[in-house]
Amino acid sequence: MSKVHVSATVNGDPVEFLADPRDTLLDCLRDQLGLTGTKEGCGTGDCGACSVQLDGVLVCSCLVLGVEAEGKRVETVEGLSSGQDLHPLQRKFIEHAALQCGFCTPGILVAAKALLAQNPDPTETEVRYWLAGNLCRCTGYDKIIRAVMDAGAEMRGAN
Amino acid sequence: MRFHTPKTFENAVAIAAAASGQTRFLAGGTDVLVQLRAAMVLPDDLIDLKHIPGVKEITRTSDGGWRIGIAVSGAELGRHAGIGADYPGVVEGMQLVGSTQVQGRATLVGNLCNGSPAADSVPAMVAAGAWVSVIGPQGVRDVKVEDIPAGPGRTTLKAGELITGITLPPRGANAGDAYLRFIPRTEMDIAVVGVAVNLRLDGDRISEARVALGAVAPKILLVPAAAQAIIGTMLDDAALDDAALDALAAAAIAASTPISDKRGTAEFRKDIVGVLVKRAARIALDRAKGATK
Ligand SMILES: Cc1cc2nc3c(=O)[nH]c(=O)nc-3n(C[C@H](O)[C@H](O)[C@H](O)COP(=O)(O)OP(=O)(O)OC[C@H]3O[C@@H](n4cnc5c(N)ncnc54)[C@H](O)[C@@H]3O)c2cc1C
Ligand code: FES
Ligand code: FES
Repeated sequence: MSKVHVSATVNGDPVEFLADPRDTLLDCLRDQLGLTGTKEGCGTGDCGACSVQLDGVLVCSCLVLGVEAEGKRVETVEGLSSGQDLHPLQRKFIEHAALQCGFCTPGILVAAKALLAQNPDPTETEVRYWLAGNLCRCTGYDKIIRAVMDAGAEMRGAN
Repeated sequence: MRFHTPKTFENAVAIAAAASGQTRFLAGGTDVLVQLRAAMVLPDDLIDLKHIPGVKEITRTSDGGWRIGIAVSGAELGRHAGIGADYPGVVEGMQLVGSTQVQGRATLVGNLCNGSPAADSVPAMVAAGAWVSVIGPQGVRDVKVEDIPAGPGRTTLKAGELITGITLPPRGANAGDAYLRFIPRTEMDIAVVGVAVNLRLDGDRISEARVALGAVAPKILLVPAAAQAIIGTMLDDAALDDAALDALAAAAIAASTPISDKRGTAEFRKDIVGVLVKRAARIALDRAKGATK
């Protein structure tokens, strides 16, 4: 099987990797680029643990081929903090104890960041529907929703 | 698996026509990648259509309809004010597909060509009278959306043929459409029953209607008998009377030949199709009278 050379931008950095055309973007991020923050829960688009932004659009990286990333911008959970400074979402998740095992957390952080970028002041219902494709088996969701709402408020300068 | 990124539809057809093994086209990939992972479909040639110019565009046709590119995602369709105003039923059907993440990728054409009898965007496209443009080794042709599905997972497209665009006819005055589905939860599930109604009013009388049903037969059904049950009906106090609604439900139930599976029994599906078709007709009627919800 001949591999395809792919050039893309991941979290602002230019990257290159060789992809088997059957490899998903998720496989390439984890196995070729060592970015293991993005998780695989189901591999079939149901759980959202693999959420990344592709050219600014929230997608499941398990439903995108690595070769489709050619020339595109990919943003993963590793791009959220700047150095040691956590993103407001990350801080609020810790403050609200919005995680237990943490497996769903990277995907939810990436999805929530995409929501707040396009809707800085979402209602609780909007947050719940936006995150309907991000499954969490531990928290019961309430703390996640509160953390996202609180991070939104802080980012708007409302508290 | 060979991965192709043709820059023209003609080139995509040439690649597909020259391929000897399994071929798949790639739009949003939300069905193709799931089938790939499950080893249900392992294409020898995968042809990504997203590099062809214009596939992400939505344009007005010269007669006032809409032409939707084959790579327009559900999220992009949902943001388009013009189609949302003309065909809210088509938009709400597509927007029911999957999560935010799936909406960022999934397309109308992929939903249609995957061939699921429960595909959520297809009944409303059928009810709207939409058609697709097809290109293949033998040239181009237009096909009504209801003539594409052939049965679960199958279409009537011939080897090497692909769809180049979807067209919704001009909306015209006093018309409305709606799509409703039943699922046991509020998000992220497959339709147990799906119903689309599209109708037009002439004064107080229903002058045109099309009714399409999903998940109650091996393929999505256009049911002319259901439409006939309400065409010509005079509104009573601006609403459909019970006799017309009952006739509509009876025709939809009579056309349904559902299976029993873990999502619902055949009896349950028949019951629900009657309930939903009445509700969808009421919503379509309100929209035809100018309601924007
Ligand atoms: C988590 C999840 C939830 C989902 N929920 C729903 C749901 O609620 N309702 C629902 O209806 N579906 C649902 N789906 C299924 C899927 O998302 C939809 O069917 C979607 O619309 C497929 O579009 P796509 O662009 O991703 O298709 P792709 O996967 O790219 O293609 C699907 C099929 O269409 C063919 N094809 C694509 N473009 C063309 C073309 N131009 N010409 C000819 N053939 C073509 C491909 O060869 C392939 O066989 C879900 C999927 C996932 C993963
Ligand atoms: S791993 Fe991609 S959605 Fe579950
Ligand atoms: S914290 Fe364990 S799955 Fe969400």
